[in-house]
Amino acid sequence: MSVPFARLPRWVDYGLIPLVNLLVAFIVAGLVVLLVGENPLRAATILFDGAFGSGQNIAYTLFYATNFIFTGLAVAVAFHAGLFNIGGEGQAYISGLGVSLVALSLDAFLPWWVVFPLAILGAAATGAAWAFIPAYLQAKRGSHIVITTIMFNFIAASAMVYLLVDVLKPAGSMAPETRTLLPGAQLPKLNWMLESLGMSVRSAPLNVTFLLALVMAVVVWALVWRTRLGYEIRTFGFSPKAARYAGIGHSRIIIVTMMISGALAGMMALNPIMGDQHRMALDFVAGAGFVGIAVALMGRSHPAGIVPAAILFGMLYQGGAELAFEMPNISRDMIVIIQGLVILFAGALENMFRPTIQTIFASFSPRSVGLPAARGEGA
Amino acid sequence: MADAAIELIGINKSFGAVHANRDIHLEIPRGTIHGIVGENGAGKSTLMSILYGFYQADSGEIRVGGKPTAIRTPNDAIAVGIGMVHQHFMLVENFSVLENIILGAEGGALLGGSIARARAELARLEREYGLEVEPDAIIEELPVGLQQRVEILKALYRGAEILILDEPTGVLTPAEADHLFRILGQLKEQGKTIVLITHKLREIMAITDNVSVMRQGQMVATRVTRQTTVEELAELMVGRRVLLHVEKGAASPGEVKLAVRDLVVKDVRGVVMVEGVSFDVRAGEIVGIAGVAGNGQSELIEAICGTRRAVSGSVLLDGKPIDVTGNADPGDLRDRGLAHVPEDRHHVGLVLAFEEAENSILGYHDDPRYLRGPFLDNDAIVADAEDKIRKYDIRPGNPHLKTANFSGGNQQKIVLAREMEQDPGVLVVGQPTRGVDVGAIEFIHKRLIAMRDHGKAVLLISVELDEIRSLADRILVMFDGRIVGERGPEASEGELGLLMAGIEKKEAAE
Repeated sequence: MSVPFARLPRWVDYGLIPLVNLLVAFIVAGLVVLLVGENPLRAATILFDGAFGSGQNIAYTLFYATNFIFTGLAVAVAFHAGLFNIGGEGQAYISGLGVSLVALSLDAFLPWWVVFPLAILGAAATGAAWAFIPAYLQAKRGSHIVITTIMFNFIAASAMVYLLVDVLKPAGSMAPETRTLLPGAQLPKLNWMLESLGMSVRSAPLNVTFLLALVMAVVVWALVWRTRLGYEIRTFGFSPKAARYAGIGHSRIIIVTMMISGALAGMMALNPIMGDQHRMALDFVAGAGFVGIAVALMGRSHPAGIVPAAILFGMLYQGGAELAFEMPNISRDMIVIIQGLVILFAGALENMFRPTIQTIFASFSPRSVGLPAARGEGA
Repeated sequence: MADAAIELIGINKSFGAVHANRDIHLEIPRGTIHGIVGENGAGKSTLMSILYGFYQADSGEIRVGGKPTAIRTPNDAIAVGIGMVHQHFMLVENFSVLENIILGAEGGALLGGSIARARAELARLEREYGLEVEPDAIIEELPVGLQQRVEILKALYRGAEILILDEPTGVLTPAEADHLFRILGQLKEQGKTIVLITHKLREIMAITDNVSVMRQGQMVATRVTRQTTVEELAELMVGRRVLLHVEKGAASPGEVKLAVRDLVVKDVRGVVMVEGVSFDVRAGEIVGIAGVAGNGQSELIEAICGTRRAVSGSVLLDGKPIDVTGNADPGDLRDRGLAHVPEDRHHVGLVLAFEEAENSILGYHDDPRYLRGPFLDNDAIVADAEDKIRKYDIRPGNPHLKTANFSGGNQQKIVLAREMEQDPGVLVVGQPTRGVDVGAIEFIHKRLIAMRDHGKAVLLISVELDEIRSLADRILVMFDGRIVGERGPEASEGELGLLMAGIEKKEAAE
């Protein structure tokens, strides 16, 4: 017996429903703000202003968004193969090693535009290699990828602490970080882009890695929907049985997809190391790998959704920092609560309002919800 | 007919743009067996779901025993004496028969009393209707025919006066089906009313008193069964004349294309499902494997086609071995001219979330025709899909439509078009017409015969005995993992039915 589950127009699916989810998240967050005795409307204004109020703030928002685009794409690619890569955090962290080894060894002799491509390769290779191990274990040993990637986050974190404290730290320094990179490994800022639009930017860290992130969004789109490999990945993700029937080897797809995913997560390391701090410090990933999961969920694993979702989370980071500064009652932890609510409503409870919206649409205009019909014209 | 058990008056039901039931009027007289036939998507299941309270009609009235009745939930339906036996049984597999029967009617926090009452009631029902079943047997240990009997008992236990059966014989051997029909006959004599939904016209002719035909959401005709014919019903269902028996000439078998020797295959649980099967398929013949579902046919073709690893034995394709016990790759086998239409088109043969055009290259996606370097050549893929849509009359003819939105018959045509158009030397087909409507069955059968006449070797697995008998040039019967007999297409249904039930094997052993 077929169960009628009506479909909705695309703009509702991709526009209205995420918007409703977001709105509910902000309303609940507003209640939390009310509980600590602040005015939610003023808080919202400060948050939004802090994220988009000036060229400076926009640049910061986009700087954070850059990180989330990379990790969001990483999670999305794995999703398409039905794999849940929770290891973006560790893959990005360990890739700091690939980036800083390239940067530290070449920054004295080469200009940034030679070092940058090599550092991209370094980042991608390290991230892919780190993702390869859980992928191999899943493909050949059946060890669940969720468990192994989580464990690899811890291994990466501990390994990096050891390397930064005992190996990479310059002699005599007190801080667990590498030496400062020379101009040959410092990426150009993109402040001129915002300034050309008439906005003023003083010293924001937005840099060319943002452009790389946008390029990778296009590359991921082409990979998933336009290449043979992407076809195989999607087939495997939708139906492993159909993939087997089609002669698509499951080990190969798991390993290749996870390595691509790891490489994308790894590229995130370029942004803070070569674009902002010009050194590798402890915990430079700062949770971006986990935010990537929410970004991919919210962006429906499609680059066109991931980029705006990443900017939204960039806004929460940047605006949230301003909010914590302006309203003493609202601590950093409150901002994390707000982010958590957004993840909850936009990610985990993504389909909570769907049936209601569907009913409303069905009663207003039955024609707009074309049912998967036996002989219908479809969408 | 003064006394109607159920009257449906002007029932309408829409899902979005689709008018699934359009102004349905139906009167089912008390104490009769009433058949409802129609193609997939004609609205039979929707209508029965409205009657059983799964859906509610947009407009119209249901009268049970002459009284207007609102049926909002299955509980309402049960309360007015309507019971339903689903196509897929709603039984808890690791519960006993008795526990299943009281499920949902426990009548208290402690089970003791209701179990005792159920046991007494069950004994009465068994006496009255000849529905014997061991009350303490565990469901998963019972054969399907008995499981179905438990479903019927469940409905009767709840006081059903009107029994709806949805495609009840799909999983039964011919003998089990006959037994079911005898039970239904007894129920009728006791005054129960039975509604039988099926697509098998022969069953309609055999046991119903009246038959209603649905097409595209409408009730197009109701006939007294004795006064109609299979041909008339088929024509009413499809809306045009249908050739029910494929016409085909004699086969002219050539060289051996596919040779299977001593094949042994286990399923995922490690149970041996295929136990040393050997046979040949020659060019220009259709070999049919008949058998009740679950006797190893599925595992057999999966092993031959490289989607399941065999334990031992060998398979030769054009005289060269297929590595069935090792790493046989379905992709390589396609290159060697072995095409496979899998039994389960929803999860294996198609990716339902894909566009039609994407599915039309599944398995052939590394063919250079569809590629430009590492990229898919979308223009070529869509052009190719459109070509197949024309040749196989796939509807709607939109290569960008999501595959899930095609009807069962059209989905099957997508798979068949893809596999047949590669011009393979050997075609292995599993359940080619399962869940496919009558019009498409005719088309698919003609195509299979045409393949044979072009000198291809066709291996056909089907649980539809009629299909095997009308298509196959040689019939192998599989029972319990072995081939228990080979017959020609002229073999009678009764003879094949006995083989399918493993009767001959038992006698030989004694």
